[in-house]
Amino acid sequence: MTTSTPSSAQPQRLSLLHALSRLFRLRARTTTLIAAFLLLMLVVMALMAPFIATHDPTALSPASRLQGMSAEHWLGTDAYGRDLFSRVVYGARVSLSVGLGVAVLTVLIGLPLGLLTGYFRAIDAVVMRVMDGLMAIPAILAAIAIVALTSANLWTLMIAITVPEIPQIVRLIRSQVLATREEAFVEAAVLMSTPTHKILWRHLMPNTFAPLIVQCTYVCAAAILTEATLSFLGVGLSSEIPTWGNIMAEGRTYFQLKPALIFWAGLLLSLCILSINLLGDAARDALDPTMKRKDG
Amino acid sequence: MRNDTPVLHVESLVVETTGTSPRTILKGVSFEIHAGETLCLVGESGSGKSVSSLATMGLLPPRSLRATGGRITLDGESLLEASAKRLSALRGSRMAMIFQEPMTALNPVLSVGQQLDEVLACHTQATRAERRTQVLEALEQVHLPDIQRVYQSFPHQLSGGQRQRIMIAMALLLKPRLLIADEPTTALDVTTQHQILALIRELQEKHGTAVLFITHDMGVVVDIADRVCVMNTGEIVEQGPVRELLGAPQEAYTQRLLAAVPSLTPRPTRPVTSQRQVLSVSELEKEYAPPRRLLGFIGKKRAGTRAVDKASFTLQAGRTLGIVGESGSGKSTLARCVMRLIDPTSGTIRVDGNNIAELQQRSLKPHRGRIQMVFQDPYRSLNPRLTIGQSLIEGPMNYGTSRAVAMARAKELLQLVGLPSDAIERFPHQFSGGQRQRIAIARALAMEPDVIVADEAVSALDVSVQAQVLALLDDIQQRLGVAVLFITHDLRVAAQICDDVLVMQRGRIVEYGPAEEVLGNPQDSYTRQLIDAAPGRTWDFAACAPVA
Repeated sequence: MTTSTPSSAQPQRLSLLHALSRLFRLRARTTTLIAAFLLLMLVVMALMAPFIATHDPTALSPASRLQGMSAEHWLGTDAYGRDLFSRVVYGARVSLSVGLGVAVLTVLIGLPLGLLTGYFRAIDAVVMRVMDGLMAIPAILAAIAIVALTSANLWTLMIAITVPEIPQIVRLIRSQVLATREEAFVEAAVLMSTPTHKILWRHLMPNTFAPLIVQCTYVCAAAILTEATLSFLGVGLSSEIPTWGNIMAEGRTYFQLKPALIFWAGLLLSLCILSINLLGDAARDALDPTMKRKDG
Repeated sequence: MRNDTPVLHVESLVVETTGTSPRTILKGVSFEIHAGETLCLVGESGSGKSVSSLATMGLLPPRSLRATGGRITLDGESLLEASAKRLSALRGSRMAMIFQEPMTALNPVLSVGQQLDEVLACHTQATRAERRTQVLEALEQVHLPDIQRVYQSFPHQLSGGQRQRIMIAMALLLKPRLLIADEPTTALDVTTQHQILALIRELQEKHGTAVLFITHDMGVVVDIADRVCVMNTGEIVEQGPVRELLGAPQEAYTQRLLAAVPSLTPRPTRPVTSQRQVLSVSELEKEYAPPRRLLGFIGKKRAGTRAVDKASFTLQAGRTLGIVGESGSGKSTLARCVMRLIDPTSGTIRVDGNNIAELQQRSLKPHRGRIQMVFQDPYRSLNPRLTIGQSLIEGPMNYGTSRAVAMARAKELLQLVGLPSDAIERFPHQFSGGQRQRIAIARALAMEPDVIVADEAVSALDVSVQAQVLALLDDIQQRLGVAVLFITHDLRVAAQICDDVLVMQRGRIVEYGPAEEVLGNPQDSYTRQLIDAAPGRTWDFAACAPVA
């Protein structure tokens, strides 16, 4: 008799529902908990920014420029006298929306492209060469070029960051599809005359979700970093909009005089990316049984 | 030849899973092996036979399994208390192991000679030249041809049988007292298996090694064992000398297990019930184009590989045709051509009189339903993310059946294949391999086909489950009059289920006729060779006696 699978090591392949419920039952490891808590705090901070911020983040006040920490200005003020605390709080809004927006956009574009390239050889030949071309251009340069061609608002910025991220997702989905389409259940569907779009939708797509969820977290973290870099280089959103990158770019001039101008925005940026990456790792461990076994 | 002290003595060994709620995998297993003796541990999957051997070698996966009771002694030395360092010294020198899949057990980037040399370098003080002579001697002992060349070869340059010979040479290099062989021939073709079994026997007699042989195949037991331990769910059900145990099994489990082994004697020919030809294939060919090389246009054009060469056969309604052959014989390619999963190079395939060999995918749709397939691996043939019901109604709904009608039909089909109708709501991972294969059969039947192509459909199943699935196929054929094209490497299975048999070798049909004639009185030398190599053919399992 075939052994009844032990309940601890049960379903190796999961339905989407299982996968999600499993994600929520992530092993309560301390690092995962801390990361989730940090990210939650940042999200709350971004959503509640108008209530948390003590000042208007864009209000200039040349009289009180470059002040230190005080009861009035908790983290001091910048070179134009704007309240640093309020700017850092508002900065989370841009970073997190760029992160989330880019992750969603890459999936919306990358998932269908990946499915098609994995299934149709003709499309594969064309699309993958385009993807190879995209991957040959450094992500930051490509983003700068796209922003430079258009005006820098939140949408163009997100698109500029999305485009270089797409090839990764397409390649990931494509490799999953190439492996899954050899499975007997896909051949069985072909033999039952299941239309191709249904094969893609019902049989192939759901089997790509587990690695896709994990890859998304990394794309999200990378997008936040790229946005900050673009802002820092001065090609991001216009400088009066508070973003962590802009804050650091402006603080750079007075850095030696007042390190706090860079420190707080940098700290939050690092913590944000670190926690997203840690959650990504935890998701990978939860969805991939072999990885979990390795780290016990 | 037998000493009084056993080489290996396992005494009430208990192995449990680690973790907060340990499950007992081995419930007090005891056996002993003397020098020059072969003990077979036989049982179905999950019986604990592999765990016993891993525990002996000290190779239990430390994070998931541990021995919690009992003793294992090798030549008087207790292994459960031995340090990791001592165990590692013992492995190789006093006990050695050969595995099922020799490709994964050999390092692909080192030559065979280097790997054998390393074993000697680790365990002995021999000089480089001495080691080389010893390695070449070992290679010669396992009857490898052209040993100088084999010494230089990398694993991928050798065949499966040759690789298993290398593993045996490596295992016996240090003249161990105990050899553990864990399903060493399961991945090999019957003719190769036959040779490897003979080799193990020969070397054992020469060196007086004690062999612990693990297998699920009763035929192999007949060929190699001196004594047998039958295992089931972590316990030894019965043990004794091979002839006695097979001749007069005491326990009900052993009797059931032996009764499930299909006999090599073909079943009596069934009367032809219908003259309707549901499938007829003629002159079918599949040629794989040669790989294109960078400067391929220079020089002679290379010939492609002929996977199927001019195959012709016919199948009437209600009949079963077996396609038998070893790996690489083209039997699966032939089936996939017939299913139009791959495109044949030339020839005709008539399903109910219509030639489907050259139809485009789109125009195939009306004919697809007539011919359905059951695949080998039950774990891969159902979409893990769809419920059983969703899998079963997919086909009929593609042909315009309404959801409600298809669902009702799916419930009937589940009953027909012997599953509870509440199975319809569940997911594949909640079923065992045998149950999944039943579901796969139900899915094929949902299309109301004239022909079912079963590609090694019972090869991944344990014998008792295999017997049930074969009985199910037979029953369905009686009731629905469906024709079956049954592809298998196992002559025993073919003898039990087929009316006609077609033997393939290297893409060509070497013999084709009624099962009784082909298997009972083979004309072709290759067929004869296959039948001779079938494991355990000296024993009649149904009669519990040697074949007269």
